[in-house]
Amino acid sequence: MADIELLPHNVPSHSELPELVEELTTLNLGPTHPATHGIFQNILKMDGEKIVSGEQTIGYIHRAFEKIAERRPFYQITTLTDRMNYCSSPINNLGWHMTVEKLLGVEVPKRAQYIRVLMMELARITDHIICNSILGVDTGAFTGFLYVMQKREEVYEIYEEVCGARLTTNMGRLGGMERDLSSTAIRKIKEFIKSFPPVLRELEKLLNRNRIFMDRTINVGPISAERALSYGFTGPNLRAAGVDYDVRVMNPYSSYEDFEFDVPIGQNGDTYDRYMVRNEEMWQSLRIVEQAINNLPEGPYYADAPEYYLPPKDEVYRNMEALIYHFKIVMGEIDAPAGEVYHAVEGGNGELGFYLISDGGRAPYRLHFRRPSFIYYQAYPEMCKGSSLSDAILTMSSLNVIAGELDA
Amino acid sequence: MLTNQEVAEGLLEKFGDQVFNFEEPYGLLTLSTTREEIIPVMEFLKDHKNYQVIFLTDITGIQYPDNAGQEFVVVYHMHSFVHNFRIRIKVAIPEADIHIPTATGLFASANWMERETYDFFGILFDGHPNLKRILNIEEMDYFPMRKEYPMEDATREDKIDALFGR
Repeated sequence: MADIELLPHNVPSHSELPELVEELTTLNLGPTHPATHGIFQNILKMDGEKIVSGEQTIGYIHRAFEKIAERRPFYQITTLTDRMNYCSSPINNLGWHMTVEKLLGVEVPKRAQYIRVLMMELARITDHIICNSILGVDTGAFTGFLYVMQKREEVYEIYEEVCGARLTTNMGRLGGMERDLSSTAIRKIKEFIKSFPPVLRELEKLLNRNRIFMDRTINVGPISAERALSYGFTGPNLRAAGVDYDVRVMNPYSSYEDFEFDVPIGQNGDTYDRYMVRNEEMWQSLRIVEQAINNLPEGPYYADAPEYYLPPKDEVYRNMEALIYHFKIVMGEIDAPAGEVYHAVEGGNGELGFYLISDGGRAPYRLHFRRPSFIYYQAYPEMCKGSSLSDAILTMSSLNVIAGELDA
Repeated sequence: MLTNQEVAEGLLEKFGDQVFNFEEPYGLLTLSTTREEIIPVMEFLKDHKNYQVIFLTDITGIQYPDNAGQEFVVVYHMHSFVHNFRIRIKVAIPEADIHIPTATGLFASANWMERETYDFFGILFDGHPNLKRILNIEEMDYFPMRKEYPMEDATREDKIDALFGR
């Protein structure tokens, strides 16, 4: 009988097994992952599907705006501001103009203020529809996104009519607007007021009480009011946590005190509340737009400040003073008074502040932007700690971090 | 409604000559203090039941290269939501000893604001948990917002500053 070699019976006993090491996986989320909504990186430590800790790396699109601004005349800084939060650039542009007007002591006429409010609220709507519909995309509902993009397109057409550009708008001038609202612009705004509510209602029907959407967002990425305040949250993200702070109400600028609107607040500060607050804010913005267009005052659309506001072109050809002012303004030779100003506006993501120090020169001595995204994004690891990766994506999406604003 | 006068008096009573240079540019109460007192001043404003300045809006730096002994200024903007009251606090520090205590113990948001200030001006926040560059690359060996680094090449002759801006 042939020797049958048995399989060696040397399976190690339990005590001889190598000890199991609890090893964490490091996951690089970004900088170019589509779900990050911009160029920034999160280095996540994962225990299976759960996030143990995270660290953000930002600065990939830092463009040194504060340094560039120190060499530019005031009107050329406007183009820097709209590259910060590019989802609602008119708010940045007009906020910057208001800051400089505060420094120069220029009183802007009512009509210009109302046009500004109009444009800023339209910008808020575009900002929020992007955020909310992208949140839908991240939960798996692509339809709503493409559908509301059509409406954003209509707002961009209004921008085109008002300032000539779509994304980086460079809207308004120091002392007012660059042109009056044209009849086309008024018609388009009125059409938008009529056509937007049904679309928004349909987006609401798609998401608000959707079982899947609610399961994915309720209690995801919550933050308490106390922590949110400590982390410097502002805007919809703070209001979702239950603090009713809105710059438009607390420090009204550009005639916001003339308008009637509500400030929606949430309770839990979770993803669903942030979604709902933004959703309701769009209705309120629409209310403001409606009031502004119906009560648009008559009168000039720019301030009587010839040393800061470009004269009409035909005046430049016929009038000596106008020619001089035109030359001085275009060459950036207006001398601003020395002083320091902090001016805040309610941007798409919260309190957008401009801290401007002028030493009496032609460019700011120092300009600092308080960018809301930059300040609240540092809370992200705390908010997604212990949650799964797919929930962390939703948390980031609902925070509406805009890479341009993050890095400036 | 809290007035600038009220808060200024309260601070003077508590801190005496450690708070000085009171101003009201464009209605915003501005004052200076020393780096030893900055954290107590902020804590006082935050915890005092009449003020409740619980929100840190912003931290940033400024450089005045010609102010010998006070080349750098750290500026804090704070906000009380309860009273809708804003305040700006400045601390001047010398370039030779460029240190200031961190505010991260009081406000979580101070973390990145201070990192940004360090990144651009090289101001060292003592006690900061993670003081390293945030927007610039970590290998950078200078602080770009300082005035000794001009925006453009100073040797260029085709642009005359006297004619075209600064």
